[in-house]
Amino acid sequence: MSERQFYIDPSRCIGCNACVAACSECETHAGISMIHLETIERSNSVQTTPIICMHCEEPACAAVCPADAIKRTADGVVQSSLKPRCIGCTNCVYACPFGVPKYDSQIDQMMKCDMCYDRTSVGKKPMCATVCPSQALFFGTPEELAELRHGTPVHDFKFGDKTVRTKVGIMMPAGTKTMQVRSDTLIRKTDLMEIARR
Amino acid sequence: MSTQQEVQSDFPIDWEEDHYVSRRDFFKFLTLAGGGLAAGTVTMAALGSRPRSHIEFEPKMIARKDAVGIGRSITFSYPREHDICLLVRPTENEFFAYKQRCTHLSCPVEWQPERGRLYCPCHNGAFDIRSGAVLQGPPPRPLPAIVFEMRGEEVWATGIREGEQA
Repeated sequence: MSERQFYIDPSRCIGCNACVAACSECETHAGISMIHLETIERSNSVQTTPIICMHCEEPACAAVCPADAIKRTADGVVQSSLKPRCIGCTNCVYACPFGVPKYDSQIDQMMKCDMCYDRTSVGKKPMCATVCPSQALFFGTPEELAELRHGTPVHDFKFGDKTVRTKVGIMMPAGTKTMQVRSDTLIRKTDLMEIARR
Repeated sequence: MSTQQEVQSDFPIDWEEDHYVSRRDFFKFLTLAGGGLAAGTVTMAALGSRPRSHIEFEPKMIARKDAVGIGRSITFSYPREHDICLLVRPTENEFFAYKQRCTHLSCPVEWQPERGRLYCPCHNGAFDIRSGAVLQGPPPRPLPAIVFEMRGEEVWATGIREGEQA
């Protein structure tokens, strides 16, 4: 059996905030949630999606860090900033293509999702995945995923000419290989309805 | 190697590479640290061996002559309030003034008129009353002497003469 992976399925998210609450209950960063629950086109839809750290193969946050505070462990998990090194410059916050790192001004340090390293490194599931009632956050092997879901996980994201490869997968319709992220185009529900009316 | 590659090799993203220390870096550190310590030691030794025999301070009236009985001693503060010193009068026309802090571990010394010396009871150290030199015990240096002069009936302190290294 292969290694357990983390998958996000935005279409399953019901916006219950359970992941956010569970994340902030962790004693290593008590009271501060490192997961984001994002609304998508709020004016037109109630759809939400959780955003966790995608753990890129070439982490932009670590590459831009002037204090050398963000490190990746051998298992490919990009860790939260090292307290003695982080200078709170928020470079990583701007650099991350997924908008994951959060700057906490009270402690003057960046905090980000480290896939609950204290739990996953000893074989437990991340907090958010254990509480997600609709399993929009799924932590398991690719085989388990293939058995339970129809879609395919996407690990390649194209931002213009740059392809970002991630450890965490986002569930897309079956057969999708890459996701084209184009900030200038946004498909709204109303657009789809207009297309349907024609 | 491009600048970007150099930066990436100096500040690797991966935890294990970051903790890896090459033999060259280790010896570089060893040489620099060793050199730094050697240079520091030489500097400290050079500074320490510089003579500082005489230090000038503001003159201050410390006592009237008749305040000290013959064969007795009194304490006074010089140059600052908490620098306690001894003024000793072994015979009618002889006066000696020293700091009261023993040069060993700063215990106060006391005047022993019957033996003509300043005695430190902490570790059996003793200093000659005439020169301040160490007579016995662990003190490493003579007692610092207070330079003073007679102005009529008054005794005025004018400076401090540090004892030479024994």
